[in-house]
Amino acid sequence: MTDPKGSVDRLRGFLTTQVAGPLAALLVAIVVFSATTDTFLNPANFSLMLQQSVVIGTLAIGQTLIILTAGIDLANGAIMVLGTIVIAQFALDGNIVLGLMLGMLACAAAGALNGMIVAKWKLPPFIVTLGTLTVLTATARLMTDSQSLPVERGLLTVMGQGFSVAGFTVSWGVVTWLALTAGFAYALGRTAWGTHVYAVGDSPNAAKLNGIKVDRVLFSVYVVAGLVYAVGAWLAMGRTPIADPSAYQTANLDSITAVVIGGTSLFGGRGGVVGTLIGTLIVVVLQNGLTQAGINSLYQQIATGALVVVAVLVDQIIRRKDR
Amino acid sequence: MTDAAVHPSVPETTDEVVLYAKGLKKKYGHVTAIADADFQLCANEVLAVIGDNGAGKSSLIKAITGALAPDEGTVFLKGQRVHFKNPLDARLAGIETVYQELAVCPELDIAANMFLGRERRRPGWRGGLLRGLDKAAMRKEAADHMEELGIRVQSITQRVETLSGGQRQAVAVARAAAWATNVVIMDEPTAALGVRETGQVLDLILRVKARGLPVVLISHSMPEVFQVADRIHIHRLGRREAVVDPAMASMRDVVAVMTGALAGSELPSALKAGPGS
Ligand SMILES: Nc1ncnc2c1ncn2[C@@H]1O[C@H](COP(=O)(O)OP(=O)(O)OP(=O)(O)O)[C@@H](O)[C@H]1O
Ligand SMILES: [Mg+2]
Repeated sequence: MTDPKGSVDRLRGFLTTQVAGPLAALLVAIVVFSATTDTFLNPANFSLMLQQSVVIGTLAIGQTLIILTAGIDLANGAIMVLGTIVIAQFALDGNIVLGLMLGMLACAAAGALNGMIVAKWKLPPFIVTLGTLTVLTATARLMTDSQSLPVERGLLTVMGQGFSVAGFTVSWGVVTWLALTAGFAYALGRTAWGTHVYAVGDSPNAAKLNGIKVDRVLFSVYVVAGLVYAVGAWLAMGRTPIADPSAYQTANLDSITAVVIGGTSLFGGRGGVVGTLIGTLIVVVLQNGLTQAGINSLYQQIATGALVVVAVLVDQIIRRKDR
Repeated sequence: MTDAAVHPSVPETTDEVVLYAKGLKKKYGHVTAIADADFQLCANEVLAVIGDNGAGKSSLIKAITGALAPDEGTVFLKGQRVHFKNPLDARLAGIETVYQELAVCPELDIAANMFLGRERRRPGWRGGLLRGLDKAAMRKEAADHMEELGIRVQSITQRVETLSGGQRQAVAVARAAAWATNVVIMDEPTAALGVRETGQVLDLILRVKARGLPVVLISHSMPEVFQVADRIHIHRLGRREAVVDPAMASMRDVVAVMTGALAGSELPSALKAGPGS
């Protein structure tokens, strides 16, 4: 147990993790756009890109947890939107703090519903969350008569405010997003719960034979993801101070895109939230950079789509090589 | 006439009997995996369980260890009736099992697999408040267990996916031997192993026995069985057909019973060992 050997091991460990590939891709994209456009490389643009990342990035954290268990969450955008509606509705009556708490509760309950059906009744997450996506979207619309609710500036929009360091504007939303990522990196990598999440996604049968309560772990993952989406709701109100029941309709697929590009395997058991952070940034950098380069936004979508396929392909190749 | 009456030296429930099961039954639809099977493991013995493919050996030990719920039957541990609802219950009772399908998580590293389901936390607030795992301690202990078994791996932090089939098996075996406090059960632990590794697993079995723990060894290898077993439980068509004494019976006798060429009841009683014979 000598230290130098340990750090070499750790370095090699890092280079062979899924994080290395996405990180390299992100750096290449940044270098290319910095070299080919005048407007990409400046603090204001970087601040903007971070701002643009927070909501999808936060949803993608919850999505990562679920995908690690070999699941998928099509309802995360809808859960978050429901959260904004609940919060905004109570805030209109003057109960901002109560609204935030009930928003959390609503998102956790929606996650619990998904988790319950997936863990107890063993239905495929794809179908379950497709169902709750539809139900929750309609519920949110019914609650507001399909209208948007205004969100009072103050505590509810604080996540859009921030501070300046060295020319960068950093919002509280960005801070929250990074903190959540760090927190879940720790929870996944350094706690028994995290180990069990990987084990359940990797091989539920082995997990069960080792005495892990597979359905409890699954359920907890969906509830925790729901709570993360609630934070996403708060961040979203900081970005745009309204609660719109028809907003974020593609957030589910966008978050899956970020997770997959970040190197988390759709088959479960492999990946993590740091990769997802990078994956989120890759998507935003690509969009922003291609825009700066004056390229049609449809090509941006083609680029993103191609990246998803490449990411899944890489995952497949890694798996085939190892098995 | 009960078994105990035939073999008063090994009655059904005494201090000698560690694990005992009676009348286990399990059907999968029309397939009968366990047909009214009995089982008895005594203190300080290596009990080999042999039988053809599909005889129901794995199902039997799964039913005993809570990995599957038998339709009928009772299980006793040290004279106490036990109801293992899942493998965790059996593990908490000190029964460690190497399942045939190995039950390792390929994406996790060796140390994490060794401690799966009973991770160790760091001392102090980092383990308490922050629930942090003591990875260094777990790795060290896992490495010690692997070394004890003489299994060479590059690094204890290697993902199990990167191990050979035999090394994976070794991880599962080392894990069971390390944790058991009452019984070790191994379902074909040497199936994927080379000669050297097989020898090490057999050594380990004898070492576990020397530690005072009885071992159940399911195996298809007759030489292996005759090398380490104190008694041989022959399973056939979902039932215990006979229990024989390897010191008295020959491999030919055992194979004859196993394949049905000879009924258990036709065996000379001198070859038998304990109830069910
Ligand atoms: N989950 C299951 N569903 C349906 N049938 C099963 C299941 N598990 C086992 N069986 C059947 O039960 C019977 C006994 O299987 P089991 O795995 O216990 O045999 P075994 O003696 O361990 O065989 P082997 O030596 O090949 O490991 C077989 O006919 C098998 O097909
Ligand atoms: Mg078997």
